[in-house]
Amino acid sequence: MSKILVIAEHLDGKLNSTTARAVSAAAAMKPEAIDVLVLADNVATLSAEAAKIDGVSRVLTVERAENAHPLAAVLAPQIAKVAAGYSHVFAPSTTFGKDVAPRVAALLGVAQVSDVMSVEGSHSFKRPIYAGNAIVTVEADPSHAVVATIRTASWPVAASGASSAPVEALSLDVTLPTHTRYIGLASGKSDRPDLQSASKVVSGGRGVGSKENFDIIFKLADKLGAAVGASRAAVDAGYVPSDLQVGQTGKIIAPELYMAIGISGAIQHLTGIKDAGTIVAINKDGEAPIFEVADFGLIGDLFKLIPELETALS
Amino acid sequence: MKILVGYKRVVDYNVRIQVKPDGTGVVTDGVKLSANPFDDIALEEALRLREKGIAEEVVVVGIGPADLTAHLRNGLAMGANRAIHVTTADAVQPLTAARVLQKLVEKEQPGLVLLGKQAIDDDANQTGQMLAALWDRPQATFASKLEIADGKATVTREVDAGLETIEVDLPAVVTSDLRLNEPRFIKLPDIMKAKSKPIDVIELASLGVDSGDHLKTTHYAAPARRSKGVMVKDAAELVAALKQKGLL
Repeated sequence: MSKILVIAEHLDGKLNSTTARAVSAAAAMKPEAIDVLVLADNVATLSAEAAKIDGVSRVLTVERAENAHPLAAVLAPQIAKVAAGYSHVFAPSTTFGKDVAPRVAALLGVAQVSDVMSVEGSHSFKRPIYAGNAIVTVEADPSHAVVATIRTASWPVAASGASSAPVEALSLDVTLPTHTRYIGLASGKSDRPDLQSASKVVSGGRGVGSKENFDIIFKLADKLGAAVGASRAAVDAGYVPSDLQVGQTGKIIAPELYMAIGISGAIQHLTGIKDAGTIVAINKDGEAPIFEVADFGLIGDLFKLIPELETALS
Repeated sequence: MKILVGYKRVVDYNVRIQVKPDGTGVVTDGVKLSANPFDDIALEEALRLREKGIAEEVVVVGIGPADLTAHLRNGLAMGANRAIHVTTADAVQPLTAARVLQKLVEKEQPGLVLLGKQAIDDDANQTGQMLAALWDRPQATFASKLEIADGKATVTREVDAGLETIEVDLPAVVTSDLRLNEPRFIKLPDIMKAKSKPIDVIELASLGVDSGDHLKTTHYAAPARRSKGVMVKDAAELVAALKQKGLL
């Protein structure tokens, strides 16, 4: 039977919902145990949150000042130490998990399965390659531990609240490197929902035309209670910062409603949204590839249609 | 300082990937191959560091079959001083690639290893992090800005929450994200010059590396296609349709 260690992702003292998505993937393995590992400088709130996630057997914590920020070089040796005794180590396939998990795998001397979309067996997984243009089934070697990152858009957030798993504090005898130092994070934080986890997302593309014009996207998003995203073209043109980018090289998301406005639909963008529930496309070019994947398409000038949309919503 | 740059050859990013009908792979016969775009960015960054006088030598590394030479010549034409070709008939997985690079690092003693954050074929996003672990040195992945001074690198990283800045002691592994730079184009005279630049050829088997190719790909499939939906005539009809689906 499998024993799975899930690495918790968190920011500013809050557990990221990607953790509960990784727990969903772990639960799909029908394992003997799912333990969540919280590494932080202050674990109390985080471990309490993690303990409530359905399916979690135990929450393990390592509280150290060095764990204040997610530095892979600092976290990986601790994770590798805890990983002994587990058949699988899962981390969300976010920039956090992508950074730390391969470092753990290398310390353990094992291969990593990146971006797990589905679980086919204890050592068999499906994952995308070529920007999602092919899906492969990979078999991991059962004589080694499996390190995997979980493609968050493919897995639901595991329910939370009904359970309360025990929390155990670990003290690890691991020397941590000092060669890597955190300086800071510049985040485009706002009161809007988080792009990665929002149920509704409104995205703008090159068709929006300028940084100033992007206000129209923000306004519509606020009206809908949606997060704001953007195509790579819009980010490259400087309309919005890069953390709003949706697509293969940005965020891969799966909201219930995705509205692509002034986005033509390059393959790399479509890769980021193909698990969305309903896709709406608004574009003046009726031939734009975005209409090939949209559930609802509307052809026309976005500067005319968005105000009309807002009126219809009121 | 010497900079080692990983330079992988992949199916060109403009090629529409086709899965073979029997599910044994993707069609690569007669398909255009190019440098992994993130590796081009890594190489460009290394060349700029040399042009600024921070590095003296830029070495590109490729792992692959005999015909990889032509690809490495492109890296030399772009401006690398020399190339190392680790020969193997089979494609290697990230852990093996990292172990190979570690051997080369031991031999070459670079101050910096620059790699692409991921290759656009297997999309693994692992090799740089694995190398850093095996080498027991810092890693700075997804770099969109790199500054080097006083034996340290200050790196801005594109993370989900925004732009994170870290400082690492050198030597270190840095992996490039899209916005680190725009790679230069290769000019004809540079292609001529590249012909006389050295390429060291090393057999992978001679490096004494344990294979890390632990994963077996058993099946390839085309992704599920989303079906084309309906066109609505105006904003009111769109809102009505979304309300009917319970989305508004």
